[in-house]
Amino acid sequence: MANKNVSVWSSIPFWRRSAAWVTGFASILLVWLTFDSVGQITMGTDADIQKGVTKRVPAPTVINYKIGYKMSAKRGHEVPTIGEKELFFGKEWSPKEAAALLHLGKLTSQSKNCMDCHTLLGNGAYYAPDLTKAWIDPAWQNGGPLQGMTGKNTEEEAMAEFLQHPSQYSTHARMMPNLGITADEAKGLVAFLKHMSSIDTNGFPRNFSKTVETFKAGGSHAH
Amino acid sequence: MLTSIKTNQFEGNKSKELAMMYFRVALILFGAQLLFGLIAAFQFIFPGFLFEVLDFSVARTVHINALVVWMLYAMIGSVYFLMPDETGVETVNIGLGKLAFWVLTAAVTVVVLVFLLIQVGSGTESSIWLINEGREYLEAPRWADIGIVVVVLIFYWNVFATFMKAKVKTGIMTVMVANLMALAGLYLAGMFFTDNISMDQYWWWWVIHLWVEATWEVFVGALAAYALIKLIGAKREIVEMWLWIEVLMLFGSGILGLGHHYFWIGTPEYWWEIGALFSALEPVPLVAMFVHVLYDWGKEQGAAHAKGEVGSVMKNGPAMAWIVLNAFGNFLGAGIWGFFHTLPQVNIYTHGTQFTAAHGHLAFFGAYATILVGMMYIGIQYAYGIKVMKATFKSKMGVFLIAFGVMGMTIALTIAGYEQVLIERAELGGGWNAFFTAQEMPWYIQAQLWRAIMGVVTFVGFIYLVWDMLTIGKAQASQLENAAVVA
Repeated sequence: MANKNVSVWSSIPFWRRSAAWVTGFASILLVWLTFDSVGQITMGTDADIQKGVTKRVPAPTVINYKIGYKMSAKRGHEVPTIGEKELFFGKEWSPKEAAALLHLGKLTSQSKNCMDCHTLLGNGAYYAPDLTKAWIDPAWQNGGPLQGMTGKNTEEEAMAEFLQHPSQYSTHARMMPNLGITADEAKGLVAFLKHMSSIDTNGFPRNFSKTVETFKAGGSHAH
Repeated sequence: MLTSIKTNQFEGNKSKELAMMYFRVALILFGAQLLFGLIAAFQFIFPGFLFEVLDFSVARTVHINALVVWMLYAMIGSVYFLMPDETGVETVNIGLGKLAFWVLTAAVTVVVLVFLLIQVGSGTESSIWLINEGREYLEAPRWADIGIVVVVLIFYWNVFATFMKAKVKTGIMTVMVANLMALAGLYLAGMFFTDNISMDQYWWWWVIHLWVEATWEVFVGALAAYALIKLIGAKREIVEMWLWIEVLMLFGSGILGLGHHYFWIGTPEYWWEIGALFSALEPVPLVAMFVHVLYDWGKEQGAAHAKGEVGSVMKNGPAMAWIVLNAFGNFLGAGIWGFFHTLPQVNIYTHGTQFTAAHGHLAFFGAYATILVGMMYIGIQYAYGIKVMKATFKSKMGVFLIAFGVMGMTIALTIAGYEQVLIERAELGGGWNAFFTAQEMPWYIQAQLWRAIMGVVTFVGFIYLVWDMLTIGKAQASQLENAAVVA
């Protein structure tokens, strides 16, 4: 390639330099976007929730509120809503308690390897239902078949009961195995699920609110 | 292959001997990957199979971790194999390289045993440190993460120091050294715990995506360049020019293509456009690589004929078969099957369904398994000092049954995914009942049955592959000796 008359298109130094510049530019752009994204997905605070400031990932104290999933005409897809206060396992959780509970739940979700059967935010394995919006699944809410199956009166207690004794409640031939989840760990996991349902996932899973409407209209596929 | 290490037919090249050690473990782990994949596939059809003994989550953990680890072994082996050829000097510290090999192998054994026997821990930090980190592909507990980092540092130091000693810095080796640094460094992004699942997945993708859709692809580009020179005597100038173009296109599309994993995990909407644009470009270099391999092959063959030579320019039939399969499989599995569901308008329905599994199977196989198996064949050829290695019936059965089996699994999973997308997502809008309604559809069950059958086909192909690898070297080396005696 020492010949100066050789076309630039067949010149190794040209392509090497171009590769370095393109890679460098793409990397810098990614790092810059990462600063912005990380800022936007950093957890909000309890004060944000109280003031009605919308955060993509709200504070752990979001477990003290009703969570909904409503179609936003402006954004063209469903977004999570934080409604009025509701008790969670019969109490209101202080910011410190809520953070500790979420911490326990997230640790448990990893140490029990939930992600190798379920998907979380759509990532994981495809053997069991996606858990992104499990908290707002009507099957678990008042009057829902899954809550009814456990004999509990609230959604959180029903979920916690199921998580501790999953193979006692066989809804389908494919069952969740008993993973030795304790009562405390189960509470943590439910807090983790409720918190996850409040994350703004740009409308994923689409039409999940349709599940709610179908259920309310009595047309659920639950048997 | 196993005996080749014992009989020490290495003409004194210790780096290549070390490479064969890595290849040997890679092959065993490849077998483990397939075996546990079969268990998981059967559990889709017979949910009671090994229930609460070896659950789906355990089988799948071993399935995907054996996959990643065998590929890393084969990648490290490939680098140790090509380094003496590319640098012209002996690898600087083989002893340390061997120590790292044994440390890694011991650690992998312990991790697999813990996955199988202990499976899960309590919700504490110590479970994540000792048992299971519970993050898909990165399930290895933290102690093992640190061990992997140490081993990789030793490996990288060996590569870097050898490269610095080389009088001529080839393009292949320059790309290798720069790319491996990025590949190793990215692993660190997956080594922390956070309560924020969005943040967790943001950095998790830095490891997973920037490995398999950027640095691993560039690694494959460098390997293919080396293999083409080795197998068909392609011109280094042409091959290395293509390599730089591939690096440009792979990193140019792959780095920001990361955005297609940031559509739905809590990250802002601007990733829709960025992810869609750059990930849609990701197939372009894969097409280029495919064209390049076939073009060079045809060109060298034509040049040989023009000189009046007869027969094929291929010096290693089975390796060439696997490398051509790589060029096509990479384009088909990573390129086409990836593009199918990379736009957010499609992905909002396909994300988290068997569609992803279909793409995952064909992409990992087409882009990585193929070329690494090809490198193993190059290793066997060298170990037995065979000038021209011809494909045997067993090599052909191996490559055919594995390719057919994986393609069959991919098609079956694509059909299952299609079913899931339309029924669970589009029609019913997700949720517990929507999920199970789709899973119990006859067409879905049928697709899962075909996946399991094709999994068995793949496994039979693997048996042929191993059988071939254990016998091809010895058989063809002795033929050579006989021919020499007759002459």
